[in-house]
Amino acid sequence: MKDRLAIRGIEFGSRLWVGTGKYKDFEETKKAIEASGTDVVTVAVRRTNITDRKSENLLDYIDPKKYKILPNTAGCYTVTDAVRYSRLAREAGVSDMIKIEVIGDEKTLFPDVIGLLEATETLAKEGFIVFPYTNDDPIMARRLVDAGAAAVMPLAAPIGSGLGIRNPYNLKIILETIPVPIIVDAGVGTASDVAIAMELGCDAVLLNTAIAGAKDPVMMAGAMKHAVLAGRLAFKAGRIPKKLYATASSPIEGML
Amino acid sequence: MRLTINGETREDVAASTVAELLGELKIQPGRVAVEVNLTIVRKTDYGSFSLKDGDAVEIVSFVGGG
Repeated sequence: MKDRLAIRGIEFGSRLWVGTGKYKDFEETKKAIEASGTDVVTVAVRRTNITDRKSENLLDYIDPKKYKILPNTAGCYTVTDAVRYSRLAREAGVSDMIKIEVIGDEKTLFPDVIGLLEATETLAKEGFIVFPYTNDDPIMARRLVDAGAAAVMPLAAPIGSGLGIRNPYNLKIILETIPVPIIVDAGVGTASDVAIAMELGCDAVLLNTAIAGAKDPVMMAGAMKHAVLAGRLAFKAGRIPKKLYATASSPIEGML
Repeated sequence: MRLTINGETREDVAASTVAELLGELKIQPGRVAVEVNLTIVRKTDYGSFSLKDGDAVEIVSFVGGG
């Protein structure tokens, strides 16, 4: 049975979305992305090097025909900047998808949700398919949907922290109350964190540092691929309820 | 002509349109976005968009990010 994630008519081949930052080089980026089995990669928008034209381009390694390119507004601290970067990303790229980040603080990189809401509303009106990176706050998630978000991307923990799913109960409430896909973004550290997010019922997980920062990024990319699949299957299969006491697996009947 | 390109001032720019400027800088137009004085120039307008002395030009592309 087909279990494809679709958002605004775009069908995604993987529930693992992968960032392209922090790798040793483009070759390693390419190998890790391939090993992850993803078909969605995030990228940032930055000034083109105008002096050294020999420098290589990321898209020489990540073929936009093979992968859906999801640009972000990482590094933007104001609505004005996030909207400006989004418009530039749309002009440079091939789609209307944008992962909106309006960062509120350098140390935590937590989102400034008030700015995020404003940017989401502005860009949704301009026809963007908006993926807002937000806190694990069910009320803000609802407000973002009202503002036109195509999906909501709550953090698991601070970006790059590797702390894992810090608030599974809030994620559960978001999953129960929000009618658009929920993609956990940021903060996962290893495969079990990804599996937990998927077991909760999240539609996808977006990560970067957990792969790029691993000792062996390509191997970790493979682990993440399996974690997403395992977690998704476990969610769909329906886990047993947790109980305090034992229930024997072997029958009592027939014992000597 | 003097232009500020990606924050860097260049005094001796010969190009008079965005298309010519990208050519002068040896930048493939396909994978970049161009902004002149905070306004995005559509790819279809690169050939006709005239640059003026003192214009601030931003040329951006995709880099690795999360």
